[in-house]
Amino acid sequence: MSIIIDQGKCIGCRRCHDVCPGTLIKINEKKKAFIKYPKDCWGCTSCIKECPVHAISFFLGEDIGGKGCKVHTEKVKGEKNDIVRWFFELNDGSVKTIDIDPKKSNKY
Amino acid sequence: MKIERLKTDLLIIGGGTAGCYAAITAASNAAGKNAAENRDAGLKILVVEKANIKRSGCLAAGVNALNAYITEGRTPRDYVEYAKKDADGIVREDLLYSISEKFNEVTAHLEKLGLVILKDKDGKYVTRGNRNIKINGENIKPILAAAVAKAPNVQVLNHVNIFDFSVHDNRIDGAFGFGIENDTFYAIEAGAVIIATGGAAGLYRPNNPGFSRHKMWYPPFNTGAGYAMGIRHGAEMTTFEMRFIALRCKDTIAPTGTLAQGVGAKQVNALGEVYETKYGISTSERVYGTVAENLEGRGPCYLRTVGITPEQEESLLKAYLNMAPSQTIRWIENDTPSKANVEIEGTEPYIVGGHTASGYWVDTKRATTIEGLYAAGDVAGGAPQKYVTGALAEGEIAAKSAAEYIESLSALRQAQGTDAPGVNPLGKILEEEVAEHVAEIEKFLNNKNGADTAESLEEAMQAAMDAYAGGIKTGYRYSENQLAVALREIENIESRVSGLHADDLQEVMYIYELKERLTVCKSVIAHLAARHETRWHSFAENTDYPEKDNERFRKYVNSRFENGQIKIILRELTAEGQRNYEHHH
Repeated sequence: MSIIIDQGKCIGCRRCHDVCPGTLIKINEKKKAFIKYPKDCWGCTSCIKECPVHAISFFLGEDIGGKGCKVHTEKVKGEKNDIVRWFFELNDGSVKTIDIDPKKSNKY
Repeated sequence: MKIERLKTDLLIIGGGTAGCYAAITAASNAAGKNAAENRDAGLKILVVEKANIKRSGCLAAGVNALNAYITEGRTPRDYVEYAKKDADGIVREDLLYSISEKFNEVTAHLEKLGLVILKDKDGKYVTRGNRNIKINGENIKPILAAAVAKAPNVQVLNHVNIFDFSVHDNRIDGAFGFGIENDTFYAIEAGAVIIATGGAAGLYRPNNPGFSRHKMWYPPFNTGAGYAMGIRHGAEMTTFEMRFIALRCKDTIAPTGTLAQGVGAKQVNALGEVYETKYGISTSERVYGTVAENLEGRGPCYLRTVGITPEQEESLLKAYLNMAPSQTIRWIENDTPSKANVEIEGTEPYIVGGHTASGYWVDTKRATTIEGLYAAGDVAGGAPQKYVTGALAEGEIAAKSAAEYIESLSALRQAQGTDAPGVNPLGKILEEEVAEHVAEIEKFLNNKNGADTAESLEEAMQAAMDAYAGGIKTGYRYSENQLAVALREIENIESRVSGLHADDLQEVMYIYELKERLTVCKSVIAHLAARHETRWHSFAENTDYPEKDNERFRKYVNSRFENGQIKIILRELTAEGQRNYEHHH
């Protein structure tokens, strides 16, 4: 379980760095974020939710059954309010999405 | 390294659920009081957090339900009885009452702050079982952090790791820490201190010790710092032998309660037999049953989800995205829960006062046995099943008690003719304490690279606890002989810490975290060895004493570190319905 930061997309805003509960993300000399301690990631996805340019995705390690799917979220306009869209990029190139309305409670 | 000295009235260590709510409570209390007295100066509050309060602590990823709520027709007494039964009697009724009576009030406050709670058409909260309500808790931590930001007179220091208290004559005068990224040492003086650093993860080898070693139930960043600081300064601690082991979805270590309570999934073995009825349904029995079925050759064990409807499945995928997204990936990459049952396993053991009863021995005001030090949330003992709302309630209680204590200091200052807020009239941090701590940090930075690293010693500690103090390896069982080996190994590892090298202050933090865990491990071993019975299967499975012994051990096992030794103290249980338990002896 860890994250991948796409340095091509990273704009160096430091939000992921600021919010990581393990302070695991650092900024390099090119002002791009990178994860310095990938094995220490808890998988809380806080960084992914903070990133304004969707540069961060996360994946399950192969040791816990991961098969290469990369996940990130984007805010999209809903009918009444912004909704959170989760993108699942699978190994075969297909993409699945799940929408979460933050104004609605979980059913369970 | 720059040295900065700070002064505050109330120092809150740890800005998680309990710490944030303590700050909000203390600020609003003081604001109300000042308005009434028409005074300008408010209570100065400082929250120090080693990460960032926006997403730190247990609730970084969010939470799917509020698990401690008094639903219609139920009473706080019902909740106390439930927690007491689950812990087979070893709880503090007075502490449980004091939080149960606040569950609904803190919930209403959370909703006012912006938490989304599911309601029916009459505007009533929708419940899940007898004690739970349904929420969208993904953003619960940002909501609390925003409220802290708005609170008057609250300052937050993010990315500062507190690693020691300043205690003189059993009274706390402040704490020491360092900025992980700003090369600064902090000596912080305070009138009163609330410790809210959470419980301890990472003592035992985790389920997946390789690349995914931190994919664990509890935050891997919660090292038991608060316990360790208190232990070293002689605070009385309670019930460290009641370890918590979570029953989780295999590999992703995602919650199982949402499957059990949400879609009514039963625990079944590989033969499809429902086995939970055979072992009982308390928290520890659910884990024990799964371990036993595996040991007897009927594993793997599952939660039976096959056959749920497409609507149920969709709701499950969404619910997990809001609290444990790895499980949703797991389902998307593999079979979904309607097609395959979800395999379950027990985690490695944790020490955590929000679920079991381990932690500081406190009174109903959440005062610890060190004067001026209050404890709230997972670091406070005696009140298991406190969950989110219990942590909030304890934050509130601790804040009010600390404010009263600070008030009494103010009266003392006036008597001394020096009524400057932020000045503790009783004591202060000495220069030599600062010098000693700075020297220790610099030693780690100057040590040469050796064979040991904080990481390698942490793995050695986890391996020792796993094999000899009832980890996953032994099905959570241990004997006195094994515990003796565990203690020897832990002491050996401890003796090697002073030679460790750190490149920067983040790595210094890793060394202090290792030291904290080693301190907690020794207390856990001492407590496990002291309870000569097996009251809770798996949580404390003593193979020398496989039966429950009500005659000798319907007692709290407490401990205090004195003259380099852990002294065990057995204390009498609270009486039925008791609302107050005097802890100063």
